[in-house]
Amino acid sequence: MSNLWITAAEQGLCSCHVCGLLSKSHQANLSGFCPRCGNRLHLRKNDSVVRCWAFLISAYILYIPANLLTIMETGSLFKHRKDTIMSGVVHLWKTGFEGIAAIVFIASIMVPLFKLIVLTLLLVSVQRRSMWLIRQRTWLYRVVELVGRWSMLDIYVVTILAAVVQIQSLATVTAGPGAIAFGAVVVLTMFSALYFDPRLIWDPLQKKRTT
Amino acid sequence: MYRGNHLITMPNYPTHLIACHECDLLQREIDLPLGGEAHCPRCGAMLYRSSPGTLDNTLAFALAAALLLVIANAYPILGIDIQGNTNATHLFGAVRYLWNHEMHLLSVLVGVTTMIIPALEIAMMLYLLLPLRLSIVPAGTPFILRTLHSIKPWGMIEVFMLGILVSLVKLKDDAAIIPGVALWSFGGLTLMLAAVASSFNPRDVWHKIGTESGREQQHE
Repeated sequence: MSNLWITAAEQGLCSCHVCGLLSKSHQANLSGFCPRCGNRLHLRKNDSVVRCWAFLISAYILYIPANLLTIMETGSLFKHRKDTIMSGVVHLWKTGFEGIAAIVFIASIMVPLFKLIVLTLLLVSVQRRSMWLIRQRTWLYRVVELVGRWSMLDIYVVTILAAVVQIQSLATVTAGPGAIAFGAVVVLTMFSALYFDPRLIWDPLQKKRTT
Repeated sequence: MYRGNHLITMPNYPTHLIACHECDLLQREIDLPLGGEAHCPRCGAMLYRSSPGTLDNTLAFALAAALLLVIANAYPILGIDIQGNTNATHLFGAVRYLWNHEMHLLSVLVGVTTMIIPALEIAMMLYLLLPLRLSIVPAGTPFILRTLHSIKPWGMIEVFMLGILVSLVKLKDDAAIIPGVALWSFGGLTLMLAAVASSFNPRDVWHKIGTESGREQQHE
């Protein structure tokens, strides 16, 4: 069955990733633009793997300060506390907000970690031209694209709290340097996922057949 | 014309070829029932859908979203009251607060994802839909659709909405909360933007404006 599958690239056709129109790739190969929407065309996203790695490695580096540095400082008359992402989740859990703690844990800890691991897995497997679990890897890519944005949750919570809890001497909340690193991790992994070309996962299948 | 068994053969149907955007599989476009979705037989990606909503629906949702966006930005989201001391914040106030406290990057990130991109999205949608309603394809449509496509991942109103809810829960033990008008508007805005996204089908617009050269290549 799979031997009958023909890709657009094999037929010298290139589909526009904005409007979906198929164009002949020899016209569009290097500096071609889609005749319908004017978007730049390429058979596969340019330097997909390299760009993806660049963003991913930066994200890995910033992931360390994002988790170690203070994301939010809370001060009141009686107590003063500095929270990292993890300690914030633990504090929520201990103070009886299990549901919210779970949501924040998923959005701020699980999702970024999942994205880093999956993108690494995808990049390594694509570079090795792996044919292992192709459908499942495509599915993982879709999940990464879908859930990535939800990691911004903590950034928004810190922003809102810092702006609203400003009652001199009674209660103050400030955003910590960890928030900047964390925001950067979210943005960098989103860019990494955007530059990844899922068609690369499938390309080894076609190559195998033609050789 | 290539014939493989994944190509659904429909005699007398114009042979529009498309490629899956996720696995590049070449296949023939088929007609869909209203509200149907076409999926790639190889990787399962959603290729295109036929939206049940009409242009009127999308336009109505976009107008409602525009109105709610204005309200959401003009009124405070929430305020707190601790022993008679009160403080409330607008979205812009929160962005400005970060900026004034040397958190420039964070301030820009929040401002772009919750104010600028959603506003751009809605404005472009209206620019596109209002003339289309009168059967006029507005100037620069390809540019607008392209921009909408590329800014889409960066509009994060729904995540911000969840952020508001989490903040409310975090605050509720330590302070009396004064819900602001914008709190409800953000809820409505989240729903309206979801409705716009699910009823708007850029593919229909592309079909309307397909260039001559585009058609030739598609029929080859």
